[in-house]
Amino acid sequence: MAAVAIQGLGHPRKRVEDARFIRGKGNYIDDMKLPGMLQVDIVRSPYAHAKIKAIRTDKALAVPGVLAVITGETLKQYNVHNMPTLMSDTQMVLPLDTVKYQFQEVAAVLGTDRYTAADGVAAVEVDYEPLPVVVDPFKALEPGAPKVRDDKESNHIWHWEWGDRAAADKAFDAAEVTVKENIYIPRIHVASIETCGCVAQWNATEGHLTLYMTTQAPHAIRTVVALITGHLGLSEEKIRIVSPDIGGGFGGKVPAYPGYVIAVALSIVTGAPVKWIEDRTENMAADSFGRDYHISAELAGKKDGTLTALRFKTIADHGYTDAAANPSKMPAGLFHIATGSYDFKNAFVEVDGVYTNKPPGGIAYRCSFRVTEAVHTIERMADLMAHEVGLDPADFRMKNFIKPEQFPYKSALGWEYDSGNYAGALQKAMDMVGYKELRKEQAEKRKRGEFMGIGISSFTEIVGAGPSKDFDILGLKMFDSCEIRVHPTGKAIARFGTKSQGQGHETTYAQILAEELGIPADHIKIEEGDTDTAPYGLGTYASRSTPTAGAAAAMAARKVRAKAKKIAAHLLEAAEEDLQWEQGKFFVKGSPDRAKTIQEIAFAAYTNHPQGMEAGLEAVSYYDPPNLTFPFGSYICVVDIDRGTGEVKVRRFVAVDDCGVRINPMIVEGQIHGGLAMGFAPALMEEISYDENGNIHGSNFTDYLLPTAVETPKWETGETVTPSPHHPIGAKGVGESATVGAPAAIANAVVDALWHLGVRHVDIPITPPKVWALLKEHGAALEE
Amino acid sequence: MSTHHIQVKVNGAVKAAEVESRLLLVHFLRESLNLTGTHIGCDTTSCGACTVLWNGRAVKSCTLFAVQADGAELRTVEGLAQDGKLHPIQVGFHEKHGLQCGFCTPGMMMASVALLEANPKPTEDEIRWGLSGNLCRCTGYVNIVKAVQQAAEQMQG
Amino acid sequence: MDKTELPWNNPVVEANASAPAARLGQYAQPPLRNFGSIDPYNRISREAKDMIPPPFEYQAPTSVSEALALLGKNPEAKVLAGGQSLIPLMRFRLASPAMLVDLNRIGDLAYIKEGEGWLRIGAMTRESDLDQSDLIAKKYPLLADTTHVVADPLVRNLSTLGGNLAHADPANDHPATMIAYRAQIVATGPKGERTIPASEFFKGPFETALAPNELLTEIRIPAPGKGSGGAYVKMERKVGDFATAAVAVQVSLAKDGTLERVGIALTNVGLVPIQASAAEKALTGKKPDDAVLRQAADLAAKAAKPESDARGSEEYKRALVKTLTVRALRKAVARAQGG
Ligand SMILES: Cc1cc2nc3c(=O)[nH]c(=O)nc-3n(C[C@H](O)[C@H](O)[C@H](O)COP(=O)(O)OP(=O)(O)OC[C@H]3O[C@@H](n4cnc5c(N)ncnc54)[C@H](O)[C@@H]3O)c2cc1C
Ligand code: FES
Ligand code: FES
Repeated sequence: MAAVAIQGLGHPRKRVEDARFIRGKGNYIDDMKLPGMLQVDIVRSPYAHAKIKAIRTDKALAVPGVLAVITGETLKQYNVHNMPTLMSDTQMVLPLDTVKYQFQEVAAVLGTDRYTAADGVAAVEVDYEPLPVVVDPFKALEPGAPKVRDDKESNHIWHWEWGDRAAADKAFDAAEVTVKENIYIPRIHVASIETCGCVAQWNATEGHLTLYMTTQAPHAIRTVVALITGHLGLSEEKIRIVSPDIGGGFGGKVPAYPGYVIAVALSIVTGAPVKWIEDRTENMAADSFGRDYHISAELAGKKDGTLTALRFKTIADHGYTDAAANPSKMPAGLFHIATGSYDFKNAFVEVDGVYTNKPPGGIAYRCSFRVTEAVHTIERMADLMAHEVGLDPADFRMKNFIKPEQFPYKSALGWEYDSGNYAGALQKAMDMVGYKELRKEQAEKRKRGEFMGIGISSFTEIVGAGPSKDFDILGLKMFDSCEIRVHPTGKAIARFGTKSQGQGHETTYAQILAEELGIPADHIKIEEGDTDTAPYGLGTYASRSTPTAGAAAAMAARKVRAKAKKIAAHLLEAAEEDLQWEQGKFFVKGSPDRAKTIQEIAFAAYTNHPQGMEAGLEAVSYYDPPNLTFPFGSYICVVDIDRGTGEVKVRRFVAVDDCGVRINPMIVEGQIHGGLAMGFAPALMEEISYDENGNIHGSNFTDYLLPTAVETPKWETGETVTPSPHHPIGAKGVGESATVGAPAAIANAVVDALWHLGVRHVDIPITPPKVWALLKEHGAALEE
Repeated sequence: MSTHHIQVKVNGAVKAAEVESRLLLVHFLRESLNLTGTHIGCDTTSCGACTVLWNGRAVKSCTLFAVQADGAELRTVEGLAQDGKLHPIQVGFHEKHGLQCGFCTPGMMMASVALLEANPKPTEDEIRWGLSGNLCRCTGYVNIVKAVQQAAEQMQG
Repeated sequence: MDKTELPWNNPVVEANASAPAARLGQYAQPPLRNFGSIDPYNRISREAKDMIPPPFEYQAPTSVSEALALLGKNPEAKVLAGGQSLIPLMRFRLASPAMLVDLNRIGDLAYIKEGEGWLRIGAMTRESDLDQSDLIAKKYPLLADTTHVVADPLVRNLSTLGGNLAHADPANDHPATMIAYRAQIVATGPKGERTIPASEFFKGPFETALAPNELLTEIRIPAPGKGSGGAYVKMERKVGDFATAAVAVQVSLAKDGTLERVGIALTNVGLVPIQASAAEKALTGKKPDDAVLRQAADLAAKAAKPESDARGSEEYKRALVKTLTVRALRKAVARAQGG
């Protein structure tokens, strides 16, 4: 029998989870069917702000198969009509008397199946008295603006600032050159192809709740549910959260939504399992959104192009409640990564959170807490400054990059960047794309009246939240975990506090363990998502799984190895110090044939372990990272502009990423492809907007434009490898880098194409009408 | 409520059922026949997660009533593998890493199968256009294209 | 489960006797605009559930006469063709027909035939069948272009040419094409057939010259002679999107190379497809040089009646019509010259 390959680090191992997905045997939430299961559906508000004057349920209750209609008043009897958000704000589960945004939950209908529940929803009659609406956060801050929250003083939620304001101001006063721009990063939605949903199963006999749900963070959710329902006696040991296969998360499946709570309440009261599945419109129009940052950005520098200071002032529109999913101490997430890849001596950022009559949120869109907002801004501003001082954007970046020898680098905003080689990545991207020739082509084309643009984005990401001294969610420290058990036959099972939504954890975690233990990856089963079995963890988002749980895997494996060494010493009758590890076995130094394989050692751990030692071969690690990791990369985008229609065509897109050591290059590459598509989409297509009455535009896929294979560019990828010095295997996160870095490359390319006309900035999404308006404004629109 | 007796051939097996006229084909497959590999991703016939083959044509089963399928031959993802042997498109998606969360995958594969049955040697652009009724949020499409290309080669023999 | 077992089935809030605020009142409603493409979905989704259609009676006749009889007897009935417009509307409960008369089991409504100076297409012919027709690819490039940009390949496997016209969504692509072709639309009613010129078929958004008891049964396109060509140029934001604007052009050249017959019509820049008659006239008898084409495009842009919406401002769309008209004319002329 041929030996089974180890498939450790660097191996493009084919994915284990594919086996069920390609056969249509995945276990997604809506695939669940429990005996006697009922379905809940939700009545939603057509108004962005209104008093509820009456809810008439008689017609709905007359629909055959409709069992109940509940409202906020019903939930109030149990004091679960409100719930805390992850930012310790309050969110209505169902309202008592007012709605605060369009599509807000108003009432819930329980039916025997989804058709009857929908009929019930259609038959519920609600009388509203419309109230004044405020959708613009700037207007919301004006005196006399309609007040969004009755329980708050004003529409201003919080002020947060970071850095040395006085020093930054001084540097600006002394600057030879400054540039300033207002940048809006619009509201968007992760729009995973699977919406959110759950099946709540209350076992009245045992007083136990199992909640199957689409969550990226099962343990944290269990604690949140216990906080909401603890006063009813539903305490944490009586709650089991199971996160089945998830059809994409990207941040949208981190928060708790009212639908989950409603399903739980209904299951408890009826004793039947209750399913709640969002339709797409509900998902887009009521679930947490991403971004919605209005940034006023300034850079200061010297005439030679040296950057000296940065000042960003931001208005953050959070909608009706701050339902962001940030570390508790960081209401603006990691926005203070704003100095990016550049060596700034002075920097100051401030953000003000504002309530408006829009859905709540502020979660990430495949991004580690507001990093895209920061990166987009600094990368756009870098281009502005480069042009201002007359430098090519590439030369400008090379000049201002933090140099490899400066790492670990302490940024003006307080981060300690772990490692990087920014110039190396940019140079590689320039070589791949043929930068010089492109600039030549651009000049020639311009003479002929054809507009092409080349845009660079040299981003620095910050992922892997995070060190417990700074990072917690609702007080829960942001460690993550791995528990490994090696069976007597040398096979193993490992469980984690994270939850894959397509990242391939079942494949890659096994590779880390295989590398560390020498047990073939195929012999290691990986499990996640069941709070009854997995060790506590904070979940998968913010590219944190590899930096935290991946590290925990290595650490747990090393604990196993330490014990294995003792057993090996016993078996080999040698001193521990005389043993040496080579992947998969310990041998006596100097005599390699006196060896014991990990499988032999595992067997001995159960059959022949040393006297005085506990049997078994297991370990748990709760890994608290000493720092975040800072992946980076340089992207170059080439666009052609149709002067007749304003269309932007991405001709080429070169992406050089450095995420440290790549555990599985195939999966890393796939993550980058997907991330690029989710950078491309908001750059050119996606946006959720509201009219002045708070009517949403972009509530489903006819208006909210997800790119197909036709629009999506053909990515060209490259890599450099700068390991993280503090991560046990040198890896950094990668799931989100491309989403963070790509929009700026595209925006910079468009502005670059139009720079000679006098165009300095265009907000994303850069739609054809926007480009055409710019062309027109500068007399360059081609009306053939 | 108007109900109808229908009989369909699904992945080679004849199934009969009494259905309400408004029952969507996708719900018939998922809930009446427990073929949950066909997914639902939108309300507007936009995403293709629900793609099945209806008399050989790839269609969005969320926009067809079950009663319309009376007498039809349907193929779903569950019918791709034959006698335990994976269809080349399944092999392609696995080997080329054409899936991540897997939610769009059944629809993508069914659309790909129809594409390859009509056009055994598609160019990259033909593949991209052929799959333009299916949305994937995870993969950025590059590896999906590669998966279809590999399947095309394999099906050529 | 018996609903009386549940604790909360009494109305929670006393019903308000006074007139309820209009649920579709102006306060929350944007003006109804750009029908097929955006607002119907948005509008209804505020009111009711997405995804689940309301109940209806289903009938599947096997002949046109049977179908007509059903329609005659049931004024509340609607015809179901490809269902790719109707079912989405029903899922949002914007349409709730009491009965659907499914045409899919009528065998002889799907065909593509040429003869006696006409291309005759059965109403139930699916977009994908048009897509795969060699005859259309070779001889009817305007129709081939159009079909290729309607919706996406999966939708095209079901949606029908007849449905696309009968639905009369101003954002639909085939109406303008049929006007440019000078096509005839055949309506069959209890008293037999009548033909309606495409230019007279579209009465308003979602409104046609068809009577409720009539079926659209056939589309007749004049077979183009030698020296003819056509093109459809559409600006869409992505595959599967309705047009921001689109232009259909069909021309034929005289022996001396001048334009003999010109058809131009515009998609989604008005409440109905717009025939750019002034532009057609300005080109007729002229040599198709670029200056002439541009002038005509100007006239086409003037004929457009776009409104500002998410796809662009009125000004943008008007300019777009000009650009797309020039491009469509160039392409059509090149094709006419080539064949
Ligand atoms: C995602 C998506 C994208 C789309 N994009 C486009 C696009 O870009 N361009 C475009 O043009 N269309 C587009 N469509 C619409 C699509 O082409 C429709 O299928 C078409 O408009 C209607 O054709 P149908 O056969 O599906 O008709 P159905 O939906 O069955 O019927 C539509 C209406 O016409 C009536 N009707 C149908 N046939 C007849 C008949 N023979 N006699 C009398 N009345 C009849 C029906 O009663 C109904 O009121 C899109 C649809 C979807 C779902
Ligand atoms: S579910 Fe999206 S197209 Fe059918
Ligand atoms: S793999 Fe997740 S949507 Fe395609």
